[in-house]
Amino acid sequence: MAALAALLSPTAPSGASATQPLSPTSIFAPVSTPADSIFELSLFVLAVTAAIFVTVFGLLLYAVVRFRRKTNDDGTEPPQVYGSYEVELAWTIIPVLIVVALFLATARMIASTQHPAKPRNALDVVVIGHQYWWEYRYPAFDVVTANELHVPVSDAADPAPTFLTLLSADTDHSFWVPRLAGKTDLIPNHPNSMWIDPHETGLYLGQCAQYCGTQHAKMLLRVYVDSREDFDRWIEAQRRPAQADGAVARGRDVFETTACVNCHAVAGTAAGGRFGPDLTHFMSRDTIAAGAAANTPENLRLWIRNPDTLKPGSLMPAMNLSDADVNAVADYLESLR
Amino acid sequence: MTTASIPWMQSDVARRPLVERLHDWVTTVDHKRLGILYVVYALVLLVVAGIEAAIMRIQLMAPHNDFVSPQVFNRMFTMHGTTMIFFVAMPLVFGFANYLVPLMIGARDMAFPRLNAFSFWLTAFGGVLLHFSFLGGSGLYGAGTAPDVGWFAYAPLTAKTFSPGHSTDYWTLALLVSGFGSIGTAINILTTILCLRCPGMTLGRMPLFAWLSLTMAGLVILAVSPLSAAQMMLLVDRYLGGHFFDTQAGGSAVIWMHFFWVFGHPEVYVLVIPAFAVVSEIIPVFSRKPIFGYPVMVAATVCIGFISMSVWAHHMFTVGMSPAANGFFVLSTMAIAVPTGIKIFNWLATMWGGTIQFRTPMLFCTGFLFQFLIGGLTGVMLACAPFDWQLGGSYFLVAHFHYVIVGAILFALFGGFYYWFPKVSGRMCSETLGKLHFWLFLIGFHLTFDCMHVPGILGMPRRIYTYEPGRGWDAWNLWVTIGVVFQGLGTLVFVGNLVWSYFEGDRAGSDPWDAWTLEWSTESPPPVYNFAALPVVRSRRPLWDLKHPEDPDWKYEQ
Ligand code: HEM
Ligand SMILES: [Cu+2]
Repeated sequence: MAALAALLSPTAPSGASATQPLSPTSIFAPVSTPADSIFELSLFVLAVTAAIFVTVFGLLLYAVVRFRRKTNDDGTEPPQVYGSYEVELAWTIIPVLIVVALFLATARMIASTQHPAKPRNALDVVVIGHQYWWEYRYPAFDVVTANELHVPVSDAADPAPTFLTLLSADTDHSFWVPRLAGKTDLIPNHPNSMWIDPHETGLYLGQCAQYCGTQHAKMLLRVYVDSREDFDRWIEAQRRPAQADGAVARGRDVFETTACVNCHAVAGTAAGGRFGPDLTHFMSRDTIAAGAAANTPENLRLWIRNPDTLKPGSLMPAMNLSDADVNAVADYLESLR
Repeated sequence: MTTASIPWMQSDVARRPLVERLHDWVTTVDHKRLGILYVVYALVLLVVAGIEAAIMRIQLMAPHNDFVSPQVFNRMFTMHGTTMIFFVAMPLVFGFANYLVPLMIGARDMAFPRLNAFSFWLTAFGGVLLHFSFLGGSGLYGAGTAPDVGWFAYAPLTAKTFSPGHSTDYWTLALLVSGFGSIGTAINILTTILCLRCPGMTLGRMPLFAWLSLTMAGLVILAVSPLSAAQMMLLVDRYLGGHFFDTQAGGSAVIWMHFFWVFGHPEVYVLVIPAFAVVSEIIPVFSRKPIFGYPVMVAATVCIGFISMSVWAHHMFTVGMSPAANGFFVLSTMAIAVPTGIKIFNWLATMWGGTIQFRTPMLFCTGFLFQFLIGGLTGVMLACAPFDWQLGGSYFLVAHFHYVIVGAILFALFGGFYYWFPKVSGRMCSETLGKLHFWLFLIGFHLTFDCMHVPGILGMPRRIYTYEPGRGWDAWNLWVTIGVVFQGLGTLVFVGNLVWSYFEGDRAGSDPWDAWTLEWSTESPPPVYNFAALPVVRSRRPLWDLKHPEDPDWKYEQ
């Protein structure tokens, strides 16, 4: 078991470089209270089922080896045994007891974890799943962003968990960041909620876990767990209006006079579309297209020219801009810090 | 008695023209021929759906692969899942039941032979309709494309808004049609078992296979009906402006899930109970002992049937049910482990103290026991709702259900093929090829599906056509794909074996395995009317009584 856990945990075994995690999404490396308690329960369940496996497999192996017909078998039939109520009663009662134990452990964990009381310091975030990207709203701060969720780290003395309200704009999706918590579905007309309580800063990955259409595969999740100070700084930056930079006026012009604004919003400008990600602080993000590619100038230009090259099936149409317009719009977006 | 002594059979002996023989197959109402049709049909689609799986696995062999586009991948997993469940597993199960049930209970045919034929042709038409969709859209005639909404076709992805065109209609209509067929077959099996047993064949003396088929048929009626209802509602949504599942118009996606899984979970037992049935016939014969605890085996099966109707929402642990509802479905799901455990122990006890002959059918049943044990245990894990919050919808889940569907059900049915092939064809299957098939498939199965658990634990969701490198998933996915090669080779050997043995195998005689149930008392292959004279039975093992008059079973049974 320990060997298995070591194999599947994100910290590489001794010898490998410690900066190269084996898997940044292993459920065996929880860093948040709900994920921790799932992990503990899983170990218990694994231990019980492993014991059952060893026992029954042992019996099967013994039967196969011990009772196989010998080469010198004389063909007489073995004793004909029809059954035994005592034995059968025993192997009814023992499984019942095991099931009761597993059920009690599970029920206790569900009761304690599913809907905890909300502490004073809790942060609320509304998560809206869209076909192939994520929208995040911080109602308390009037901040809207996309694809990269920032939350503060929670410390045991003064917990600051994040409570997520899960909504869907179109089809079903599921929010799954294995190291932070189990998944919860986002279902249209059916608001859901879940919570995370991360106790280590860092970047945690995940992705949509409910098939939602063509590009379900590239609906990636990135959760940045920041220190308290970093988080406050980040929120402050997000609350400021977008940068108005004279040097990119032409790009802004192109942006505001094409169909871009039907789908994208930039706070403080005429762009108010809500179909696609909010671009107000576009350059504060590390990736584009819900994690499909790094936010580099080349990728951005590739994307604006034809989104299908980075993410076939994405609902953003190719805008048929001239090369000059593509560059101008990209320059404008790159000024949105 | 030979067939030649019956005047109207003689034409069969004097080989008639191919067209006439084909015509006989198409118009047949004989339960044995329909059984064979079901099975052959299922084998063809097994290969088709296997190719669909292989395409998925080639795509996932390495990160950022571009063997197929996301659209094609999505169609592949939808067609693979739908085909495997509805047009491979169900027809296989119905084929076995159709062929064997009347023979085992000493009847001349099913209760409603014409309904039987009608049901088969409905099922066959459904599969053809489903695959016809490949020709559409970007294909040949532009009226639609293969469905891409997944085999459980969750709303609202199936609404007109998200699924324009006709791909979803192919899915719906194909399953609706074959669903009617399934219900017809189930009614037929039920009536046959209840009404047509030969003299002396009380319910308590039926072979376990018949008892389990009875349970399966009951489940089919209870499970497929809600699915058909939901599909009609979906059609109403799509074409008559209904708002059952169309969330954009205020419908409910969750209602669809309930409808679907009220069908979907019992469906798993519709498939696995016949696998239990096959194993319950083979293990005793090759261990040379009667089944251990017959009454308990029957009770456990019926119990599984009932409980399976109350566990559906364990497929919905992540949709945000209340803790109480979660708790209920955790308990009911885990409860199934008890009767299932009893069955496993009873099979083990049947082997215990016997003299086990590892002929091909028994090898597959041993594989079944081992893999069903693991599939069952990962099932218990997933029944713990919190564990499911992490691993439901991941590759761990895909591994789990393939352990049950391939590792258990398919292995048992392979065993059944080798066991009853001599009865059906009059010839023995090649043991050498059979064993080669077993080992290739066993190795391939474990490479593929053992390795699939790990990327799940490492956070890999299902139904993704590609993935990022650096998650620790790459190597595991490569092994998974390598396993598929072995399984493919195994399948080729299997089909080759059937064909070769049909023409060249040793003559089987009526009872090659020295078995005990009624089907072995008639010729191989059995004549159209099954039995020259209807048998009379006095115990659960009529042929044992005949072979051991000094120590017959009826002395011990009350
Ligand atoms: C060589 C054997 C097989 C291989 C390699 C295989 C592989 C796969 C793969 C890769 C998936 C897609 C997983 C995902 O992304 O969701 C899948 C899904 C599925 N498979 Fe198989 N499979 C095999 C045999 C079977 C059999 C025999 C059955 C049933 C009789 C079956 C039933 C299903 C079902 C129901 C799904 C779900 C489809 C969906 O997500 O809509 N498979 N299989
Ligand atoms: Cu999604």
